[in-house]
Amino acid sequence: MSELQQEPTSTQGEGRWVVGDPISDTRAPDSPIGDRWSDRKFTARLVNPANRRKMSVIIVGTGLAGASAAATFGEAGYHVKAFTFHDSPRRAHSIAAQGGINAAKNYRNDGDSVHRLFYDTVKGGDFRSRESNVHRLAEVSLNIIDQCVAQGVPFAREYSGLLDTRSFGGTQVSRTFYARGQTGQQLLLGAYQALERQVAAGTVETHIRSEMLDLIVVDGKARGIVVRNLLTGAISTHFADAVVLCTGGYGNVFYLSTNAKGSNVTATWRAHRRGALFANPCYTQIHPTCIPVSGEYQSKLTLMSESLRNDGRVWVPKERGDDRAPNDIPEEERDYYLERQYPAFGNLVPRDIASRAAKAMTDAERGVGPGGLGVYLDFADAIARLGRPAVEAKYGNLFEMYQRITGDDPYEVPMRIYPAVHYTMGGLWVDYDLRSTIPGLFVAGEANFSDHGANRLGASALMQGLADGYFVLPTTVADYLADGPFEPVDEGREEVREAVDATRARIDKLLAANGNRTVDSFHRELGHLMWDYCGMERNEEGLTKALERLPSLREEFWRDVKIVGTGDGFNQSLEKAGRVADFLELAELMCIDALHRRESCGGHFRTESQTEDGEAARDDENFSYVAAWEFTGTGAPPVLHQEELDFSYVHPSQRSYK
Amino acid sequence: MRITLRVWRQPDADSKGKMVKYQLDEVEEDMSFLEMMDVLNEKLIMDGDDPVSFDHDCREGICGSCAMVINGTAHGPQKNTATCQLHMRHFSDGDTIDVEPWRARAFPVIKDLAVDRSAFDEIIKAGGYISVNTGAAPDAHAIPVDKVAADDAFDAATCIACGACVAACPNGSAMLFTAAKVTHLNLLPQGQPERQTRALNMLAKQDELDFGGCTNVGACHEVCPKGIPLATIGKLNHDVLGATLSGARSD
Repeated sequence: MSELQQEPTSTQGEGRWVVGDPISDTRAPDSPIGDRWSDRKFTARLVNPANRRKMSVIIVGTGLAGASAAATFGEAGYHVKAFTFHDSPRRAHSIAAQGGINAAKNYRNDGDSVHRLFYDTVKGGDFRSRESNVHRLAEVSLNIIDQCVAQGVPFAREYSGLLDTRSFGGTQVSRTFYARGQTGQQLLLGAYQALERQVAAGTVETHIRSEMLDLIVVDGKARGIVVRNLLTGAISTHFADAVVLCTGGYGNVFYLSTNAKGSNVTATWRAHRRGALFANPCYTQIHPTCIPVSGEYQSKLTLMSESLRNDGRVWVPKERGDDRAPNDIPEEERDYYLERQYPAFGNLVPRDIASRAAKAMTDAERGVGPGGLGVYLDFADAIARLGRPAVEAKYGNLFEMYQRITGDDPYEVPMRIYPAVHYTMGGLWVDYDLRSTIPGLFVAGEANFSDHGANRLGASALMQGLADGYFVLPTTVADYLADGPFEPVDEGREEVREAVDATRARIDKLLAANGNRTVDSFHRELGHLMWDYCGMERNEEGLTKALERLPSLREEFWRDVKIVGTGDGFNQSLEKAGRVADFLELAELMCIDALHRRESCGGHFRTESQTEDGEAARDDENFSYVAAWEFTGTGAPPVLHQEELDFSYVHPSQRSYK
Repeated sequence: MRITLRVWRQPDADSKGKMVKYQLDEVEEDMSFLEMMDVLNEKLIMDGDDPVSFDHDCREGICGSCAMVINGTAHGPQKNTATCQLHMRHFSDGDTIDVEPWRARAFPVIKDLAVDRSAFDEIIKAGGYISVNTGAAPDAHAIPVDKVAADDAFDAATCIACGACVAACPNGSAMLFTAAKVTHLNLLPQGQPERQTRALNMLAKQDELDFGGCTNVGACHEVCPKGIPLATIGKLNHDVLGATLSGARSD
């Protein structure tokens, strides 16, 4: 908290939060938007190659942002320690991204440009993102594709040997590069291979099955982390001149999401408790095309790539409660509601709009499948128009995945889909340099809040992870390290002992409870609560209910959780318990953030704030800011610091996809 | 459905393991195999017993974490399907199902069904990359890639490093894994400068680790959830032969 005053100026929301001083400086250069990144690159200080060997950087998480950053810092000659709780860096959840990665290459000559990608992203984010960061993202998108191709990422190609692209939601150009339905896998393997090359070169040290459980802050600077070895249970400390968190999003607070089972908020939440502000926690992306829930045992939800909306048509029966098989419902009795309501974008409206439209249909009892919680995504027209082989070439693996999970063949019967939690736009607050409010702590990829505003466009998460890791952090972390190397830290320091003792105490407390409920049963209950009151639609009544329940649920968890075994070895229930404990705290901040933002924007839909035809109604006069929250104690009212958003290049308007 | 499970339980790497029988009475056919294991674990925890350890994460068949030998077959009965994507509708009421970890010298058991596959990272480290630093790339369209080569490279690159190939191989060989990466990179123009050393170094590393040799059995391909073609092994051997004849040496 070096740059912010902490004195509260007023208390609001019945004492649920406190308003503190605004954030005035994001460290972005003042120049015209197109020059800001080149100006920053020039003003950023450099570290001479001989000195880089003396500097160390800890990187937590080895997904797209973490692996690309670790590889690039290694190439530059820094000493890098990369941590992952997985058994290999290659298993990070970036691997599961299906559809593609955006870049303003304009290879299609369809009117794309850096400025258009910038514009689409700011608009897609419903005017709640920072212009400077988004413009840089659009600029750097060009280099990402070049870098990945050079690494051997096998993108889809035309017969000419040149790269193929496709369209994604919220855009009218074709700028999404892809590798069948496995783009995230191929990009991550590219970054992972670059990382392993640096491991071979001796610049990067990887620590697998190692989970960060606390941040070590010494003399006001982030200097290290506390880590638990998941195989032996050993708690150790690691020190460096800078710490970078690339630990992904927190969608698993909802229990059911498209995130991997291990995805969690622990690293960023622990940093938040140590003083890093958490920005816009309520901005959650609900993805419209996922396979519907089939039963209470369900452990996760599976995404069907947005790319399917290029050729699939979304519909429900016109009549309520029509339970005929889809192929028995004649054309004139079907409602292709996205095409009807949004003729300009049709099935390719942004994710938040498509999700809410599906919910409106199921709320009106026109949903399909078990429990009526689904809508159809139909490929019959595409198969008739393009032929089955062409559809198979584009989407074959997705169709197979659908069939494996549901037992239905989407070539014959339309898919059933329903929205599910997919991505979190919120995250730790960072400035233009991706610095958190703790000096020396940088945050990249989904773990930060920076680029997507209140709604992320499809194929932009991969772009942001790699932009941050390959191109932004190497410049901005070097600028910070130009003041280093810093005075060595060791385990004798009071701050270090305190962090280690606190970590041990938490583990002991979890194991000591020996209660009557499993970790999963608490996690499920938390998920239901969040989905019902802080999900696709939020309102004051529901959020207040959630905020009344959360403290008691947290208390019950610590009193009644049951974990078998000890902390001295491989204990997966214990790992889960620590993560759920942090989700229980985060959930409260999400609800407070959602309650305080009395407007609708992007993925945050307040039922009290909508237009006559049910679209999200923003309140730019009162809410055109980033809400960055300061931790003041578990259950204590957090302090709100507002970063006013400036729109000099893209003027806020009511988003229209009609 | 009523299902009887016989699960390999082994407290740690140094202890002896054994098969333990469990009975589940309410298995639904829409459950995934891992969701059934979750149900078992919830029951074990409530009974005060240690839940079964197993690696898993994405549950979408892409991260490569899950790894169970089901009724003697790596990843179970459904072709081209990882354990996490296998659903209970492929089993019947009253079935007894054996669940075991990968068994290979190079993949020691950590606990129960979880094994150590870090040897795969060692093979990649030996040459499974193209040496290009960040920032050193030409425009993406400067290097056109023949579509057929690009598609074949992609097919090989879809390997998820689950290790089923090693578990299924009577020799415990990692040949399909190594060959998939060599094929992916060596088919592309970007991969040509390091083509020979890559093939030699990765194969040498594989031999140095605890993997067995390849005798062209083909069991690896049969269990591969991504259907990596056996032809990749031919491609690896071809590149190793070419490198050897041209006098290249592994590092």
